[in-house]
Parts: sequence; structure tokens; C-alpha cells
Amino acid sequence: MQFLDQPLEFTALPGALAAFHATADEAGLVAFASQVKQSGRRFIALWGSDERDRNAGFALHVAFGIGAGLALVTLPLSAENPEYPDLAAIFPAANRMQRTAYDLLGIRARSGPEHDGRPWLRHANWPADFFPLRRDTDSSLQFDTCNEEYAFVRVEGDGVHEIPVGPIHAGIIEPGQFRFSVVGEKVLRLEQRMGWKHKGIEKRFEQLPLADAYRLAGRVSGDSTVAYAWAYSLAAESLTGCTPPPRALWLRALLLERERIANHLGDLGYLGNDAALSFGLSQFMRLREDWLRLSGALFGHRLLMNSIVPGGVAHNLPAEGGAQILAQCDSIEREVRILKDIYDEHAGLQDRFLTTGRLAPALAAELSVSGLVGRASSQTWDLRTQNPIAPYDQFDTQIVTHRNGDVAARVTVRFEEVFESLRLTRLILAQLAEQPAGELATRLPAAEDGAFGVGWIEGWRGDILVALTAGTAGGIRRCHCHDPSWRIWPALEHAVMGNIVPDFPLINKSFNLSYCGEDL
Amino acid sequence: MYQLLKQIFVTGLKTETPPLPDEAMRVIGQRLEQAILDKLGRALVIRHIDAGSCNGCELEIHALGNPYYNLEALGIKFAASPRHADLLLVTGPVAKNMQVALQRAYDATPAPKLVVAVGDCGCHDGGTAESACIFGESYASCGKVANVIPVDVAVPGCPPTPLTLMQGILTAICGAKA
Ligand code: SF4
Repeated sequence: MQFLDQPLEFTALPGALAAFHATADEAGLVAFASQVKQSGRRFIALWGSDERDRNAGFALHVAFGIGAGLALVTLPLSAENPEYPDLAAIFPAANRMQRTAYDLLGIRARSGPEHDGRPWLRHANWPADFFPLRRDTDSSLQFDTCNEEYAFVRVEGDGVHEIPVGPIHAGIIEPGQFRFSVVGEKVLRLEQRMGWKHKGIEKRFEQLPLADAYRLAGRVSGDSTVAYAWAYSLAAESLTGCTPPPRALWLRALLLERERIANHLGDLGYLGNDAALSFGLSQFMRLREDWLRLSGALFGHRLLMNSIVPGGVAHNLPAEGGAQILAQCDSIEREVRILKDIYDEHAGLQDRFLTTGRLAPALAAELSVSGLVGRASSQTWDLRTQNPIAPYDQFDTQIVTHRNGDVAARVTVRFEEVFESLRLTRLILAQLAEQPAGELATRLPAAEDGAFGVGWIEGWRGDILVALTAGTAGGIRRCHCHDPSWRIWPALEHAVMGNIVPDFPLINKSFNLSYCGEDL
Repeated sequence: MYQLLKQIFVTGLKTETPPLPDEAMRVIGQRLEQAILDKLGRALVIRHIDAGSCNGCELEIHALGNPYYNLEALGIKFAASPRHADLLLVTGPVAKNMQVALQRAYDATPAPKLVVAVGDCGCHDGGTAESACIFGESYASCGKVANVIPVDVAVPGCPPTPLTLMQGILTAICGAKA
């Protein structure tokens, strides 16, 4: 089948998700990517793989979101000279992914005038000719650590100075490096340097059994453990042809919405706190704690880790659980509405929120921003509505959007998404009450060597993608996990421009992106 | 304003009783003299360092500040600089890219200092055990925190619950009674 009037011939991948795969040559890939851009569809991810042991060279994989679902295009690269056209010229968001693909695999985007050849994940702690994801690389090797200067872009002029921040930040936050160029209090430019938390997750996958690695997928970014585990399971189920029992699907949706609410509650508290209303922090953190305690009591884990497994779910909802969740939904909803009124009417808070850290809708589109941050800037993408997999195909999820793209908009989207997820939770519980008790998981059949599957799930932060290739003897050949933060971090660099330095923590919190999800 | 005050009043006091120290978490025999620990008492300043976690451990460290655990009420608070800290609370595994930063933060912390390693990743080696560090050691990961800086108390769990975390911190400052 063909999409967007392009000659590329796609085949549908098996499984619950609408996903399609095509192999292209350079011209075909570039033409398709350009068409995706022109037609207002979106770029999702870019990664590579080493196929030299299979009588081929390397391969570049690019994922696009095209109305009908996920379109995946593979470009074969030669073993001797693995180069490909620079896609960052079409989608700026591809820049960091291309640099990462080089650091991990040694496949290179062909340099154009705008080409950025700086390393991304490799901070000189392993040699420049050591490519961990090549299949013949011994990844257990350890090298002397060294600290390398990074070529930050310098802003020059009268009165410009730099504020270097990180990698260790002042607070309980993940490490990353920010370089501010400022005049007085005003930020002229922010440049990020990430990769500090890179711990070789993608290589680690290759050492784990396919049936067990959902635990690792659930720890790519712990705050999105449910979404990652579901995306991984979806990929594993797609490539083995496994269908989870219906009850398990309803339970998965229940867990995913619980995760969304837990994170939004925490963020709403911290957003109040960063605008000097510590009352908001204690109130929302109390609600979050109540929420996590019930998760722990019902599912055995406060953050719901290890709850979703390939083939189904690990735990049933205990008999009294439904009633407990319903009661909690009511009390949380009541309290969050009170807190929303307090936030809305608090002049000091609104003064800090409104017009701060604005990400204009056009820029959000140009940078391929999706998820919560995208929705607060008019990017109407939500997989639960647009490419729903069971059980989301059984009800209409309201997409919450806003046009202003400022901190206030991101706060509003969070509030509204909490209410929507509470509504969905009630619907899900009603369905669960009607489902027969039955099986919680289907046994995952053995995977064929080389079988390929993808999972794509709307986590609380945005859409999470897992692309999985099975290896020999129940192993994994390649697993790429993709966090929406990849595409949203660069947008933060733009959103802070022209704001004052003291507003950066607030703006950053309103984005609340994952460092480890991108560093892998 | 009325709504805000009413909400505070209706919420009331939520703080629960803190847990007792747990000697099983101690990694190396007490390094600080009892006299120093007594001086620290419970007025302790913590610097948190994420050396490569999955951010799950951070979520539970955040929870320590909520009204239920209310760590500050015990006189324990978090500081922004290692130079102001008595104790480093380190989550891991230590990513290779963070090794130098962690070492520098440790060196910048004035002696006498304590280190508490957090989470299965921060406390355990890689391997196949249920409680092993799931990321293992590799070209990119130095493994547990003790591979890079000396650790006094290890708080396992994936992630440890806020109560276990509190227990670990209290164990570090209470000193061995034996
Ligand atoms: S111990 Fe668990 S929660 Fe903590 S960093 Fe490791 S995987 Fe994440």
C-alpha cells in the first residue's frame, strides 16, 4: 500500500497497532519525509542498526506519524561508507538523533552547510572509533574516563555573559548541562548538552531474553514505566502474534491513566512551588501520595513498575479495588477542583504563569513537538484518540489543547487532562466490572529470529515508541526505545528566549522532560 | 484567600511517625566518630546526586518532602551545593559520563561526610538476581555507587519506598549502637 501519494510500497505490520513498513532508497526516503512535512504529518524518531552479519551493511530507520498510523521507512546503508542524507534539513528534531546514531553505530548524516557533527552521547569516555551498537563490539570494555570540552555556540556582543549550569543541578533533578547566554537578566540563548545519563540501555537489551526485557523497558524513564512497558509489550506481541486477553487490556488502560494522573498531580504541585506558592506543593504532593499508596496497595508497586508484561498484565484488580479507586477518584476530583480555583484566582501565580516561556504553535510544529507540551501549543496529537489501540478504541478520549503555549497553558492542559483521565478511569472500571474474571496474560509464543514489531503508546508526557527485533534463541537483536523528550527538549531552548533567568526553573518544570529517556 | 486558608484548615496535619534506623543497611562499619554524629544530631543537610538513575528513585526522594513524611520536620533538609552538605544521597548506576561529576561533588563536600547509595541500581552489581542493577556494568556504566566513591549506607529497592529511604538516612546519622 502507498501513503501521501508517494511511490513507497508499505506492508502492514501484524498486531494491534496500525503500523506500516517500507524499504526505500535515499531519494525515496527524502521525498517521503518532505511530503510528511508538507502535509502537516509528523516526524517521530530516527535510529540505526547493524546488519553486516546478515549479508548487508547498516540500516537507518525513520518513523513518521501519518494519520493512518505509524509509517516506518528503512534505508539500507553500505558497510564501507554508511552515510545517509541529512534529514535535519527537513526536520530539525532529527539533529540529536543523527548525532546519536553516529556515536552508537558510526553511521553518518552527509554533511551539508548546516550540518552539526558534534558528538551527542559520547562525552569522550570511550574512544571515537568504538561504536557500542555494532554487533562485533565488545560492550563490556571499560575505558578511562575523561572530561571533554564541548563546543557550545558562543554569543558575543556588548554585555553578553554566560551562565554554565550542570551537569549536577541544584535540586532533586536529573543531570544535564545548560549554557545560558544572557544580557542582564534576559536570556538570549540557551544551549543544552545531554547524554550524561547514558548507561548503554540499547546494548543491554541485546543481553536480555525478549520475554523478560519489559523490566528494562519499564526503566528507560521511571516516571513513564507503564507507558514504556506497554509499548514494549505491544512490540513483543506484534512480532510473536500474541493477543492479550481483553481483561488485561482494560487493566493496562487503567494503569496508564493512573500513571498520567500521578505525574500531573506532582507537576501541578511543583509548578505552584516554582511560582512561590508552596501551599500548592504540599497539597498536590499529599494527593499524589494518596494516589501512589492506593496503587501500591492494589498493584504491589507505588509507581506500577513490572505491572504490564508481554502477553498481558501481572496483577488483577483485587475484589474491593474497583470501589476503592472510584471513591478515590471522587475525592481527588473534588480536591483538584478546589485547588484549580485557588490557582486560577491567585493573582501572583497567574502573573508568573501567563505569557512566560511561550512556545508558539508554528514553532512547535516545525520542531515536531508532540505530547502534553505540544497540545498546549495547538499540536492536536493524542494517540489515544487518533490511533487508538484496544481498549481506547471503545470510547472517545477528549484531546485537551490550548493555543497560548505558555506556562499557564501547560498548567491548564494538566488540570484538564487529570479530569479527563478520571473520567476515563470510571469508564474503564465499569467495563472491568462486566468482564469475566478469566486469564490475565496469554503465553508469549517463541519469536522467530529477525521478527520485527513496534509499540506506540501515549504516555503522560507524549508518545513513546519501541521498535523491537527478535534475535536467536529467545533473545533480542535490537531494541530502540524512543522518548518524546527527544523532540521537546530543543523546543525548550526556544521557549526560554527573551525570558528572565529566574523564570527558567518554572518554564523547565512546565515542560518536565525526561533526561534519562533521551540519554538511554 | 479564604479558599486557600480553608483548604489548609480542612487538610489538617498529615505527618506520620518516622521509622527507626535499620542496621542491616550499613555497608561499611561506622566511619564517623560517635561524637561527630551526635553533633550533627538530626540537623542534617543532604545533597542529592543523580548519577544515572531511571528517575524512579528521584520520584520517591521527592515524596520525602510531602506532608506525610515531612523530612524537614526532623531537621533534615536538601541543599543546592555539595559544599553545604553533610550527606550525599546518590542514585545510580553511575553512568560513565557522570563519573567525574560525582567524584568532584564528593571531593567538594566538606569532611566529615556521609554517603547513602539509593536503589538497587545504586547498591547492587549487575547480574540476573531479582535485586541486581538492571543496567549492569558496561562501556557506559560504572555500576553501583561504591565502585566510584565510598558508601556508608545502602538503601535497596526499585525504587525504595519513602519510608525505607528515611530509614536509610536515619541509619547513616544515628551511628552503630553496638
Ligand atoms: S533502583 Fe529502580 S527506580 Fe531506582 S534508578 Fe534503578 S531502576 Fe530506577
